Amino acid sequence: MPEAQAPEQEFAINEEAAVAPEREIAVSEGEPLVEVTDLTVTFGGLTALDHVSFDIRRGEILGLIGPNGAGKTTCFNAMTGVYRASSGDVRLEGQTLLGKKKHQITRAGLARTFQNIRLFGEMSALENVAVGLDARHRTGMIGAMLRLPRHYREEKQIIERGMELLDFVGIADRALHPARDLPYGYQRRLEIARALATDPKLLCLDEPAAGFNPAEKEELMALIRTVRDEGYTVLLIEHDMKLVMGVTDRIVVLEFGKKIADDVPSAIQQDPAVIAAYLGEEADDVDA
Amino acid sequence: MSNHSPLGSVGATQTAIGEELADVTKKHKRTAALRQWWNDRSRLQQWLMLLVVVALAYLLPVINPPLITTEPANDFAISCFNMALYALVALGLNVVVGQAGLLDLGYIGFFAVGAYVAALWTSSDSTFVHIPYLATLPLAMIVTVVFGIALGLPTLRLRGDYLAIVTLGFGEIIRLLATIIPGLKGNTGFQNLGRPPGTNADGEALFTASNGLPWYWLVVTIIIIVAVLLGNLERSRVGRAWIAIREDEDAAEIMGVPTFNFKLAAFGTGAAIGGLAGALMGGQVGFVNNQKFDVPTSILFLAAVVLGGRGNKVGVILGGAIVAYIPLRFTELAAYKYLIFGIVLVLLMIFRPQGLFPAKAHLLTYGSRIRRWVKKEQAPAQPEGGPPPGSAPPAPGGSTAQSTRRARKET
Amino acid sequence: MSGDWITFDLGRLVDSFWSTTLDGLTLGAIYALVALGYTLVYGVLNLINFAHSEVFIAGAFAVVFVLSGLGFGPSAPHMSLGLLILDIALAMIAAMLVSAGTALVVERVAYKPLRDKGAPRLAFLISAIGMSFVIQYLFFVWRGPSAEPNRTMYRPKPIFDVFGVIINSQQLTIIIAAVVMMVCVDQLVRRTKLGRGIRAVAQDPDTATLMGVNKERIIMATFMIGGALAGAAAVFYVMRVPAGVFYMGGFILGIKAFAAAVLGGIGNIRGALLGGLLIGLIGNYGATVLGDSQWTDVVIFVVLVVVLMVRPNGILGSNLGKVRA
Repeated sequence: MPEAQAPEQEFAINEEAAVAPEREIAVSEGEPLVEVTDLTVTFGGLTALDHVSFDIRRGEILGLIGPNGAGKTTCFNAMTGVYRASSGDVRLEGQTLLGKKKHQITRAGLARTFQNIRLFGEMSALENVAVGLDARHRTGMIGAMLRLPRHYREEKQIIERGMELLDFVGIADRALHPARDLPYGYQRRLEIARALATDPKLLCLDEPAAGFNPAEKEELMALIRTVRDEGYTVLLIEHDMKLVMGVTDRIVVLEFGKKIADDVPSAIQQDPAVIAAYLGEEADDVDA
Repeated sequence: MSNHSPLGSVGATQTAIGEELADVTKKHKRTAALRQWWNDRSRLQQWLMLLVVVALAYLLPVINPPLITTEPANDFAISCFNMALYALVALGLNVVVGQAGLLDLGYIGFFAVGAYVAALWTSSDSTFVHIPYLATLPLAMIVTVVFGIALGLPTLRLRGDYLAIVTLGFGEIIRLLATIIPGLKGNTGFQNLGRPPGTNADGEALFTASNGLPWYWLVVTIIIIVAVLLGNLERSRVGRAWIAIREDEDAAEIMGVPTFNFKLAAFGTGAAIGGLAGALMGGQVGFVNNQKFDVPTSILFLAAVVLGGRGNKVGVILGGAIVAYIPLRFTELAAYKYLIFGIVLVLLMIFRPQGLFPAKAHLLTYGSRIRRWVKKEQAPAQPEGGPPPGSAPPAPGGSTAQSTRRARKET
Repeated sequence: MSGDWITFDLGRLVDSFWSTTLDGLTLGAIYALVALGYTLVYGVLNLINFAHSEVFIAGAFAVVFVLSGLGFGPSAPHMSLGLLILDIALAMIAAMLVSAGTALVVERVAYKPLRDKGAPRLAFLISAIGMSFVIQYLFFVWRGPSAEPNRTMYRPKPIFDVFGVIINSQQLTIIIAAVVMMVCVDQLVRRTKLGRGIRAVAQDPDTATLMGVNKERIIMATFMIGGALAGAAAVFYVMRVPAGVFYMGGFILGIKAFAAAVLGGIGNIRGALLGGLLIGLIGNYGATVLGDSQWTDVVIFVVLVVVLMVRPNGILGSNLGKVRA
């Protein structure tokens, strides 16, 4: 069945355009965009995150690292509303995020990717990005059914900005492919494009380079730097120390749910507590 | 390697999309070839062909093709009406099960509510205010939406598995209430339901229980309207939200989809169409009692959706028609229809979970146009060796699409 | 509309409180046994076995056929207690075998092929519904729409009379036997090697496989244990509801048993017991207060929805994997 008649449109798919954030951000460059204060998460009797505090400043790439089980992903999940924090606070531009629903947090400006890729498999790459873009759209049942002007505006934006984003992460050549058929590296990049599509103030990447070989990791780090240069703030969880050192502006180190360091990469590298934490882990790895 | 750089070049991008189309063709050769052929037709050709199909659909009971006909056992026009009715039901249930991925086993409940709305407001046995039959169609939809929301509000927050049991319970409860509440007249039921106005040349009523033809045409017309509106929903934010929920509800929520609202919307939409179908059924048969609304029929509806291909409008319309058609055509099988469709459900899930007529849903309003745009870009780009990387003007207004299109006109 | 179709009469319940309660517990014990099947399968596979109601009714048919073969008829037989117990035991063994066999067939036909393909959840639910339909209508084609004639095992005799509360032998048999069986299953899952395997698969199928647990065997065993319990329930069902053995009988009871499993917390063995007894009581109380047994299902479902709104994972919540030995 052909699609219902829409006004004839020319698309301005400009694949070289910048994908800078489209929203106003209340804090200025270098000021704290997100403040995590005394964040604590407990599961039953187990304290997974213990009074962790740090800031994420606008325009920086903040690395969140730590040995396995240190609470990195827990911290992430508490910030994005997946887990409920037992105490403490997470503020975005001074507004608390705790108690908000997950979709509200995303629309407030905190977007994330998943460590174990969670794309919408049946949907094409472009449609996946469209779902992200829809976070900022407002067409509802009536508007969509009757195709009111706003619907057309938003659909046009999806094609234009959606293609821009796909091109930005370097996967526009498979825009119409179902996500599940994409190669692994493309899926990882699509996750980033989908998160960027929500027009986040803070982009949270949960081990985006997992499963990549060193060359691919290098490329991805270049992409993350470009994302930052476009004006996004990035929170990066990463296991690979070398990688984090190369790309981040500042690093927060967690161990056993507690923050043990918070400094620039060069200082972190010298920090005895961090070295001990990682040495301990390597010893564990040898045992296992 | 340019594909992997953060800023891939335009030329490489377009060539690769061409390769991608070839890839797809290799995978699903037949369907893709058909779709390719369809996409290659002009707008006008597409509409003309569609018009022929629709005309044939309307004329089906008039042509009454031998072999296909259900006569002498069942009047073919009435059989066609029943097929169309199942198709409409399947279309509605498809929104809930196929698109939003919510397993609703009590869909018959909404169908029943619709039928009772038509009965209560038009039957000579009812003490309610009487309104014209056609007015009961929108009324049935409104009432079923209310029921749908009343059922969905407490249950759609629950785990998906629980929805199946709660909807199953709902289907049963509606049937029980029809039995218990004296105002709904249980097994006695309501007779002489209203019917649409209109008389033929002899001055006899056009819409009667024995004349299936006008009823069939009415339902086909409704199916077309509903399919167009659902198509609009599908290729919009709403349709994308539904599919996203079906694929991964948590991820959808985290990507900013208010999943509860959209699940409720799917539930309400499905309910409204189910109610509409119920009111049509009541009108055609002219009689409504508590006997037709059992859970096995609900499972038949589910079978129609699964058979046709979950998520595919045209597929589920055919699925609905097939489920209704088989017991009418092969009357010796009618007694075994539940058994047959039970086996069909199991076999389909094992061997062909995508149903008989699978199709990938298109979820973007401009989806077909972007596919076409990609194709147009291919053709002229080749002789010129493709636009050199980075040559596209950076300003949003000056699109590569326009510039290449201009280039093609010149050649 | 006439006004007296629904009455709310607590007096009726007060008058017959103890008999209503005891009967509710009897029915609840049967629901609980069937609910265990739902819960065990859910615990291990995280999937609802919609065909479990048919696993149960297959057992009920087996009971009727065996009893007929042994010469039981509509009126209670005259035989020694020992012989009676032997005959009932025979019927129970047959029912447990038939139900366990049916459950195994359901697993192999409706679940295994989909598991091998890694099908989405919805596909499992639909194939199980299809399987349920197939079994139901096989019985319909074979035995017709009407119920099997009554097979009475014994006439219930009052045993206790405590302050006017009369407990009859049937109620006592069913409640005690059902509870004993459930305790056995609980211990089986908590203490035996098989139970450890079941818990391991419930917790993390992949790791369990790596640790040398044969996942396929555990799944089959789980289906068969659930089936055997449904078969046992079938014997009590024939005692309590002798006219209920027909093709739709499984569906009618299954939907309540399923509600029981969900109410107690699906995947939780003790939850199934609690949920079963509660559903039995709620249904009976509701029907008594509202004055019509047709209300039973309505009341059960309204209560179920209300409870789930407050406790989305059922009353006892947790799942099979978290059970500590």
